Amino acid sequence: MDMPTPNPVILAKKPQLVERLLRVLPRDAVIHLEAETRAYECDALTAYRCPPMVAVLPSTTQEVSDILRICHEMGVPVVPRGSGTSLAGGALPTADCLILGVARMNAVLETDYENRFIRVQSGRTNLSVTGAVQESDFFYAPDPSSQLACAIAGNIAMNSGGAHCLKYGVTTNNLMGVTMVLMDGTVVEIGGAHLDAGGLDLLGVICGSEGQLGVVTEATLRILRKPEGARPVLMGFDSNEVAGECVSDIIKAGVLPVAIEFMDRPCIRATEAFAKAGYPDCEALLIVEVEGSDAEIDEQLDKIIAIARRHHPVELRESKSADESARIWLGRKSAFGAMGQINDYMCLDGTIPVSQLPYVLRRIGEMSKEYGLDVGNVFHAGDGNMHPLILFDANKPGDLELCEALGADILKLCVEVGGCLTGEHGVGIEKRDLMVDQFAPDDLDIQMAVKDVFDPQWLLNPAKVFPLAASDARRAA
Amino acid sequence: MITPRTEAELAELIAGAKQPMQVIGGGTRSAMAPRADILTSRGLSGISLYEPGSLTLVAQAGTALSDIEAALEAEGQCLPFEPVDHRGLLGTSGTPTIGGVFAANVSGPRRIQVGAARDFLLGVRFVDGSGRILKNGGRVMKNVTGYDLVKLMAGSKGRLGVLSEVALKVLPRTEVVCTLVIVGLDDAAAVRAMAQALGSPYEVSGAAHWPGQGTFLRIEGFAGSVAYRAEKLRGMLGGDIEQSVEVWPKIRDVSPFHGVAGDIWRLSVKPSDAPGIVARSGAEAALYDWGGGLVWLRMAPGTDLRTRIAGFQGHATLLRADEQTLARLPVEQPESPTIAALSAGIRAKFDPRGIFATDTDMIRAIVS
Repeated sequence: MDMPTPNPVILAKKPQLVERLLRVLPRDAVIHLEAETRAYECDALTAYRCPPMVAVLPSTTQEVSDILRICHEMGVPVVPRGSGTSLAGGALPTADCLILGVARMNAVLETDYENRFIRVQSGRTNLSVTGAVQESDFFYAPDPSSQLACAIAGNIAMNSGGAHCLKYGVTTNNLMGVTMVLMDGTVVEIGGAHLDAGGLDLLGVICGSEGQLGVVTEATLRILRKPEGARPVLMGFDSNEVAGECVSDIIKAGVLPVAIEFMDRPCIRATEAFAKAGYPDCEALLIVEVEGSDAEIDEQLDKIIAIARRHHPVELRESKSADESARIWLGRKSAFGAMGQINDYMCLDGTIPVSQLPYVLRRIGEMSKEYGLDVGNVFHAGDGNMHPLILFDANKPGDLELCEALGADILKLCVEVGGCLTGEHGVGIEKRDLMVDQFAPDDLDIQMAVKDVFDPQWLLNPAKVFPLAASDARRAA
Repeated sequence: MITPRTEAELAELIAGAKQPMQVIGGGTRSAMAPRADILTSRGLSGISLYEPGSLTLVAQAGTALSDIEAALEAEGQCLPFEPVDHRGLLGTSGTPTIGGVFAANVSGPRRIQVGAARDFLLGVRFVDGSGRILKNGGRVMKNVTGYDLVKLMAGSKGRLGVLSEVALKVLPRTEVVCTLVIVGLDDAAAVRAMAQALGSPYEVSGAAHWPGQGTFLRIEGFAGSVAYRAEKLRGMLGGDIEQSVEVWPKIRDVSPFHGVAGDIWRLSVKPSDAPGIVARSGAEAALYDWGGGLVWLRMAPGTDLRTRIAGFQGHATLLRADEQTLARLPVEQPESPTIAALSAGIRAKFDPRGIFATDTDMIRAIVS
């Protein structure tokens, strides 16, 4: 993985930068000693590390504005950081950059149940947004697996999804407005408590721009009333094809489950060995969850079970209680941990049309054999968002590279069948160089032209998303 | 009228264009008379892919909305965001296209439950002002690969490019529908009642207030569930449960204002602000949708609504007025200088030669 060579001219400005930052920030908000900047050397893509030149932890929008103005004047690249849980290297520093962490900005600014929104500072964690409204029986819908730790700022940067987005949508569908600071320090308000954009939908392009257009400091988020209840049904099938057809039939029937999760045999076995959830030994397993009152749940589960029976499941287990629900979810929720028990793993998130599920799973199985690396699949089947987990040994020379090569081949397969490289984790550095497989040069150029407008000098998170060769001229300008 | 038949022909026409053009689909969503050469995408027609089991459909941008709806109907599916039909309100004729639906980002009552048109647009192909054929997004439900220009194109009203193909997410039609009707509420009480309903767990898919007619809440789903939720809501708010659903297309298309003189404004606001804003506006009539978040106003001709309600949060769009008024008042809500500069910057990148004229640009050039 190439990163741009650190610019010696910028490195030489470090003392001056620190001095200027200390004039606008409290002493403990400026981290510049080498032993301390190391804490920011990577995010959750831990294979790549590089301590930044400086890290700062502002507490207000004004402080963020001051920091960006200084960096803009001095030409210092800025890498925004939420909680550092990116699986794609979205917050990976360069040696000549400033890390702008929003972790101290975690206040709730306004809660409005009548109009169903909450306004928070962007460093607040995803789960604690729901935490702020759950006593009134409300929740914030997008639920990435890292929701205990990940920040709203990062959710907006990556347009994060989660298990329940089949019904509730991803971040962009639940984001109503932002306060954002541009690279030159200008503070802008976009959207708010009303719906839809009056002019061009800038909010729509900011969400998912991986911290390259501005630093979001506050967000207005849609909150929803909690459903009365939720219960899953677990079903096992003796082939991926049949499980895939069952998913399709459920969707066609007009039932809108909140989640349809899929696990294949390698993943089921690993999970059973680890969590002992009592899953059947079969080729493919589905967990389908629906919401509502007890009677409504029964009505929906009856329809789902009737569909499943047409596909001759080897196992069908309907939850009748909170305890049974927890046991059905136990294996799924420990799947990543179970795979991690076996070896190091890389988790991909390519998305494919649901109709291509059986073919893609078969091809992944074949590729896994060709490369000699095990792959387990556990994913959000309702929306085609795959999560192949490739097992490798980080201590074995060459294994990481082999794993990355297999990962790249799997993602190219996703694109080939009409899907995309990433459904919810983002491009970051991980999939940056694969962008040419999904986009023609002009398609990338028009995206980069948007960055030119927001950040003409390409100082914000500059070495991410676009292949270095494609963004080279712009970054050098 | 320029009517390219293929995407390649469209790209060639734009690359060779020497002067501004007005881009339209079916031309049903603007009341203004054309001022420039008209380029329509309606020659690009046809559904290229429809997978009901994946809830996805791909069509050329000029495909008639009615053709899309017929194809979906045959599989028991629908466009869940209920695109508005503007013909009655604006006095236009013609055939709405699927490209026009997304270029204008038009969403009906179900927007509050399922999202806007832009939330169902998965991917686009379009031709920019330089004549380049570009694509963004795709045909899958979740996609964060690169910047989301799909959202930027949705609602851009032909300012950034001409859509040639759209990929969209569809949903199954609901089995049963009913409406809870509450009569006798004033505007403020109606918005409070709608907020209570929308803040309940009973999944309301439409919340509208038609002054003088009643306050309407729509409940959809499987039979048992609909009966249960409607009864719960009636227990909370009173009113009568009606099986009739005729009121919803009327609200979607703003039927009360059809054929009645006056300027038409569309307001997007925080729902609880709406009754106060309507009172200050001095409007001749109002219609509330989206629980109060969307307000249609009929005003005396030439009234500058934005001055009357100065300082309000949200945006006001002038949809129908005479040419003098349109030359004087911006159609869209004026933006803050920074936002306006960003939007202008994006427009300059997508259309460096200024080929895509909005009708406001043209009318101002001619009247002034």
